Amino acid sequence: MSSIRLLIGTRKGAFIITSDGRRKQWAVDGPHFGGWELYHLKGSPVDPDRIYASQTSSWFGQVIQRSDDGGKTWNPPGTQPEDLMGPDGMPKGESNMFLYDGSTETGQPLTTHQHYDGSQRPWEFKRVWHLEPSLTDPDTVYAGVEDAAIFKSTDGGKKWKELAGLRSAKGPLWQPGAGGMCLHTILLNTGQPDRMFVAISAAGSFRSDDAGQTWRPTNKGLMSKYELPDPDAEVGHCVHCIAMHPSRPHVLFMQKHWDVLRSDDAGDSWHEISGDLPSDFGFPIAVHAHEPNTVYVVPIKSDSEHYPPEGKLRVYRSTVGENEWEALTKGLPQQDCYVNILRDAMAVDQLDPCSIYFGTTGGQVYGSSNGGDSWVPIMRDLPAVLSVEVQTLG
Amino acid sequence: MIRVVLPQHLRTLARVRGEVTLDVAGLVTIESVLDALENRYPMLQGTIRAHTTKRRRPFIRFFACEQDLSYEPSNTPLPEAVMTGAEPLLIVGAMAGG
Repeated sequence: MSSIRLLIGTRKGAFIITSDGRRKQWAVDGPHFGGWELYHLKGSPVDPDRIYASQTSSWFGQVIQRSDDGGKTWNPPGTQPEDLMGPDGMPKGESNMFLYDGSTETGQPLTTHQHYDGSQRPWEFKRVWHLEPSLTDPDTVYAGVEDAAIFKSTDGGKKWKELAGLRSAKGPLWQPGAGGMCLHTILLNTGQPDRMFVAISAAGSFRSDDAGQTWRPTNKGLMSKYELPDPDAEVGHCVHCIAMHPSRPHVLFMQKHWDVLRSDDAGDSWHEISGDLPSDFGFPIAVHAHEPNTVYVVPIKSDSEHYPPEGKLRVYRSTVGENEWEALTKGLPQQDCYVNILRDAMAVDQLDPCSIYFGTTGGQVYGSSNGGDSWVPIMRDLPAVLSVEVQTLG
Repeated sequence: MIRVVLPQHLRTLARVRGEVTLDVAGLVTIESVLDALENRYPMLQGTIRAHTTKRRRPFIRFFACEQDLSYEPSNTPLPEAVMTGAEPLLIVGAMAGG
């Protein structure tokens, strides 16, 4: 029988929650890395027992952790006793070293980006927001970092190299949003392995068609009337999250700072599908596992009021992937609810019917095993939830 | 033998309990102690000082013998009591609260 493993990152540690395929009863394991911020955990699609985790702290910086047994035990890659006997000699402790590529050999000298005050600042690494394991190789994993850049490891997270071509896509015009200048979304595609999408706050969405060597902005159709002096600028938009169904990699759904959008041409152009949403501000966006046109968002009142409109926690679903949305409220608090749902805190499993999960900054994790028609709390009273990922096993 | 006390989160990361004791060759300074510490526990690289510049992370402090050594040049010899092992070097996470 299939089983489900939820990987939950919080402000004060990681939790791994498992259930059988009925998704009625859940076993909790954690906290792992208690006291640290776990921005993101994600398992390899090729080897689900290999899980990568981004562990961060304002005091101690960035640590990358890796589990090879489904989250039971963890190690920073490349620091184990067996590494002492490896061909590389002593462990180097490089798994948390994210150095921007300033080499002249690659033609990518370290550049600058816009700061809040309009000045130019050099890129400075702060943390890993998102880890995206390869669809084909468990040793290959991508990291989206702040200040915005994408790094790649091909040795299971021991060493990281920047794909510096991304910063050539008008990097000096990028600027930090209120949460920092972060690369938070990485989308890979089995059908076209050289094609990748990333999204950055506040720069926009970008596409590579050569496995990350070169990139171009894909923001045509985005309008940022109150955030940018030029509302339809080529870059500078605060994209919050992008989602894609693997069966239709040319169709993308975007939750922007304001506006929900859709692209039918792999990001070459976008059109708004906010329709009748009570607010088109929000963070996560997700696609149903088996219905490529069914999309989920969680409207948030505004960029200065990071809580649901009217104090009602409502997931909205569009079954046509366009401007028609319906509120999903059953089982969710419909009064006095003032939590937020962050961009990486929504996930969909692969069972049929699939379940949708999301975590809140109030420490709740909700699940729906009927496409969102009704919800149940899986966990309550966790630290603020930063990310939710799900693995469908067996 | 140099004694080093790590903050709790770094003890967990390095999988040590209590104090760490290190053999430090040559002049005993914060720099040479951290070199020896990171050599023994490579997972600590980058958590106390930056990988390349070796600058102390902003929320890390170095205390010993009731003195704050955080702002001393990293090649300053540590107090005699630390060199002899009578006193530990304390690596401390700056206070946080709310």
